[in-house]
Amino acid sequence: MSLSTQIAGRADVIIAGGGVMGAATAFFARQLGLSVILLERDLVGQYASGTNFGNVRRQGRFLQQLPLSNRSRELWGRLPELIGEDVEFVAAGHVRVSFKEEDSQRLEKYAEDCKPYGLDLEIYSGRQAVDRFPMLSPDVHLASFSPLDGHANPRLAAPAFARAARRAGATVLERTEVLNISKNSEDFVVETSGGQRFVAPQLQISVGAWARKVAAAFGEDLPLVPKAPQMAVTEPVPYRIHPVIGYASWVEEEGVYLRQVERGNIVFGGGRRSTVDLEAKRARLDPLNTLRQMPHMERLLPDFARLRIIRTWAGIESYTDDDLPVMGASSLVPGLFYAFGFCGAGFQLGPGVGATMADLLATGQTEIPLAPFSIARFASAAVA
Amino acid sequence: MTGLFRRVAETGRPEIAITVDGHAVTALEGDTILTALLVAGDRLRFNEFDKMPRAGFCLMGACQDCRVWTEDGHELRACSTSVTPGLRIVTKEVPWTRP
Amino acid sequence: MDAPVIVVIGAGPAGTRAAQTLACAGLRPVILDENQRQGGQIYRRQPKNFTRPATKLYGASAASATALHTDFEALRSSVDYRPETMAWGVSGDMLLTECRGQADALRFDGLIIASGATDRIMPCPGWTLPGVFSLGGSQIALKAQACAIGQAPVFMGTGPLLYLVAWQYLQAGVKPRAVLDTSSLTTRLRGLGGLRRRPAVLAQGLRYMADLARSGVTLRSGIRPVRVEARQDGETLCAGAVVWKDGRGRTHRTECDAVGMGYGLRSETQLADLLKCDFAFDATSRQWLPVTDRDGATSRAGVYLAGDGAGIRGADAAESAGALAALRCLQDMGRPVMEGEMARLRAALKPMNAFRHGLETGFPWPWRHAADLPDDTVVCRCENVTAGDIRRAAGPLDSPEINRAKAFVRVGMGRCQGRMCGLAGAEILAAARGITIEEAGRIRSAAPVKPLPAKIRGVVT
Repeated sequence: MSLSTQIAGRADVIIAGGGVMGAATAFFARQLGLSVILLERDLVGQYASGTNFGNVRRQGRFLQQLPLSNRSRELWGRLPELIGEDVEFVAAGHVRVSFKEEDSQRLEKYAEDCKPYGLDLEIYSGRQAVDRFPMLSPDVHLASFSPLDGHANPRLAAPAFARAARRAGATVLERTEVLNISKNSEDFVVETSGGQRFVAPQLQISVGAWARKVAAAFGEDLPLVPKAPQMAVTEPVPYRIHPVIGYASWVEEEGVYLRQVERGNIVFGGGRRSTVDLEAKRARLDPLNTLRQMPHMERLLPDFARLRIIRTWAGIESYTDDDLPVMGASSLVPGLFYAFGFCGAGFQLGPGVGATMADLLATGQTEIPLAPFSIARFASAAVA
Repeated sequence: MTGLFRRVAETGRPEIAITVDGHAVTALEGDTILTALLVAGDRLRFNEFDKMPRAGFCLMGACQDCRVWTEDGHELRACSTSVTPGLRIVTKEVPWTRP
Repeated sequence: MDAPVIVVIGAGPAGTRAAQTLACAGLRPVILDENQRQGGQIYRRQPKNFTRPATKLYGASAASATALHTDFEALRSSVDYRPETMAWGVSGDMLLTECRGQADALRFDGLIIASGATDRIMPCPGWTLPGVFSLGGSQIALKAQACAIGQAPVFMGTGPLLYLVAWQYLQAGVKPRAVLDTSSLTTRLRGLGGLRRRPAVLAQGLRYMADLARSGVTLRSGIRPVRVEARQDGETLCAGAVVWKDGRGRTHRTECDAVGMGYGLRSETQLADLLKCDFAFDATSRQWLPVTDRDGATSRAGVYLAGDGAGIRGADAAESAGALAALRCLQDMGRPVMEGEMARLRAALKPMNAFRHGLETGFPWPWRHAADLPDDTVVCRCENVTAGDIRRAAGPLDSPEINRAKAFVRVGMGRCQGRMCGLAGAEILAAARGITIEEAGRIRSAAPVKPLPAKIRGVVT
C-alpha cells in the first residue's frame, strides 16, 4: 500500500513491546542520548509487567543473575529521582520460609553461595524468625531474610517508566501493534497496525510471551512456554506485614508468597500456574488454583484464614526451559536485541534490564555479564 | 445515642440479647445484625482509609460496606446475617492471634 | 443417560419461574440463592416470624409476590434449592459456589442466570455518611426488617422506585421530608410513549405520586443533588440534610435524618462476564450488557440470562423471561417444548421492552452530573477513590478506559468490585477525557464475584 510506504518515524532504536523491560529501556536509552520509538500493542505494562506479584526480590535468584539484579535494586531505590515517582516501592525486606529440613538446607546453602555476589542474607532459626516476624506460623523451621529487598506496585511501574521516557523525549505509542518487521542493508523497517512504518538501525524485542514468533522469524527459535501465575488479594486489614514472605518449597503447589501493601490489602500468589491463550491475549485464570493456595497461605500465616479474598487475576508470562531469560544481542542479526522470557521473575529486574539494554544499544557493551542469557544457547539444542 | 433506624412494625418479636463492642444491645428475633446495630446506634464500622464511620448502604449484599466482626475475629456481612442469642460483635477489626 | 444438570442462579421472579418451568419438564434444577429465603429483592420475604400480610409488604404487587412464593413452596420437593449459596466463579465448565465456607464445583449442562440488579448510583458529596442508603436498601429495611431508615428521610434520585419507596414509607407511617427527582417534567413526558405500553403500571406510579402530594410530601423534579450534609448536633456523624438545586438553579436545603438514593437499576452481570459471554453497549441505559437474543440465550452455548440481570425490565418481565429462558434451554437440549408457550412469552415481553425504553427515557441516569462532581467527592466507597483521583487517572496518567483507571487509582478495585462506583466512575473518566461512555468501557469482572472467605474448604482442599 502506498500509504504504508510513508515513514512515520525514524530513531536510533525501536523497541517493540511496552512492558517494564521495554519501557525501562526506552527511559534509559534516552538518558544515554539515543532517540527512541517504543511501540506497544495494547497499553504499557498491561500484561505480565502489570499483573505480576510485585516482588522486588534478589534472594533465590540464579547466582549469575545477581549482578543484573543488584544493579536493578540500586535503581529501584532511586526511582523518585530517576522517573519522578516511587511506584510504591517498599524496601522492607524479603523473607523465605521453610518448613522442612531439606528446604532449610537449600536456604542456608544459598545464603553462603550468594555472598560473593554482594547479597547478604540473614538466616533465622524458626524461633528467631517468629520473634522477628510474629505473624508467621510457629511451625516455621528456618527463614532466610534479605533486608534490602522489598516490593512495589506492578500496575504503576512500567507506565511510570514510559511516561518518564516520553518526558525525556521518547516516542511512546500505545495501541500500536507491530505487524511486520523487515531489515534492509542498514535499517529495521517496522510496520504497525496503524499502517505506519518506523525505521531504525537497532531494534529491541521485548514482547514477553509473544516473543517466540518474532525471534523465530529472525531464525532464532527457542522453547518459550507461556504460563499464567495466579494472584489474588484480600480485603484491606491494618498494615502489619512489611516484608514479602514466601514459602520456600520445591513443591510447586506449596510455593506461595504474599505481601501487604501499605493500604492494607494482602496480595498473594504462587502455586500452580494456569494456561494461556496467546491468540486471545488471555490467561485462563482458574479460581480453583486460588482455593489450592489457601491451605499453604494459612500454613505460612495462620491469621490469613480469617480474611476474605476480594479479587483474583492472572498474568501472561513466558518461561524458557532453563528458567533463565533471553537478554542481549541476537546471535544472527546485527542491530537486533532481545529482552524477554523472564520466567516469572522479571519485575525486579526491570530497571536493571532497561539500564543494561540501554548500555548495549548505546555502546555495544555493558559491565553486566549477560552470557548466560544469550539466545545463542538455544541454537545448538534442537527446538521442540 | 439514638439509632439510625426506627422500627415501624413487627415489634412483638422475642428479644435477643447480643453484645456490641462490649455493650449489651437488645435485638429482636429475625433482625439482621445491621438492623440490630442501627436500631441501637448510628454506625457499623469505620472505613479503612478515611477512618470515617459507615453504616452500610445497599442492604442486599452487594456493596460490602457493612462488615463487622465477632469477638473471635470472624467477619460477618451485617446486612445478610441474622442475630443469634449471645452473639458478640465488634465494629473494629480484631487483633490477630499472631500480630 | 444421566439427567442434564440445569443450574438456576437466583430465586427472584426470573429464577423462580425458570426453575418451575424446568421442574414441569421433569428436570430437577439446582437453584443457587444468595439469600436466606426465596423471593429475590423486589419480592424479598420477611423473616418467618414476621406477621405483616403481603398487601402491606408488596402493595399493588401483593398478588404477584404471593403467587411467586406459593408456587415456589409447591416446587420445593422437585428442585435442589440451595439458599445462602453464592456462585462466585467459573472454572472451565464448572460453576464454583460457596455456602458457609464450604466450596463446591458444579458441572452444568445448562445455566440460567437470574442474578437481578442493584441500585444505579450517582455519588454526591456526603453519600458515604451513615444514614445514606440505596433506595433498594431503604425498601429492604422496611420490607424485610420492618424498619425505616430514619424518621424523616429524603428520597433522592430518579425512576419509579423513588416514588414506590416513598409511598411505602408513607404507608408505614413515616412521612418522607421530600422526594427529589433529577428527571424534569419535560424529560418524563418524553418517556411517556413507552410508559403508556403498560397503562396499569403507569397509573400505579401516578397514584403513588398523587398520594404523596396529597399527604404533603414535597415532590420536586429536575433537581440536582449538591451534597448530603452531616447532622449539626456535634455528637454523631450522620446524614442531616440534603442540599440540592432546583431546575432554575436555586439552592435549597432540606433537613432530614436519612437519605435513600438511587437512579434506576443496574444489572448484575459479573457471572456472564466470567463465563466470557459477549457484551454490547446499550445506548439507552448507557451500560454494557451481556448480549442475549429475544429468549435470553447468550453468546455461550448453554448459558441463558433472565430478569433484571439481562437488562432492567422489572418483575413482571422477569417472570416471563425466566420461563422463556428455561424453555429455550430445554429446546436447545433437544427436549420437546410448547412452541406456542414460547411465542406467548415473547409476545408478553414486547410491551415490557417498550416500557423499559420509556423508563430510561423518562427517568434517565443523570450522567451529566458526573462531570460536575467536586474533585474531593468519594466515588468508590470501598477504596475511597475520589472524582479527582479518577480525573488524575484520565488526564496525567492517560487512562483511555476505566480498567486502566482502576489499575492506576483503584477505582472499582475494592470489595464490591465496582458495583456501586463503576458506572459513575466511567462517566467521570469519559467526561474528563472527552470520550464517549462506550469508549470508557466497563469494569472487567473477576472471581470471586463477592468476597470469599480464605478459610474456604472443599473441592480441592
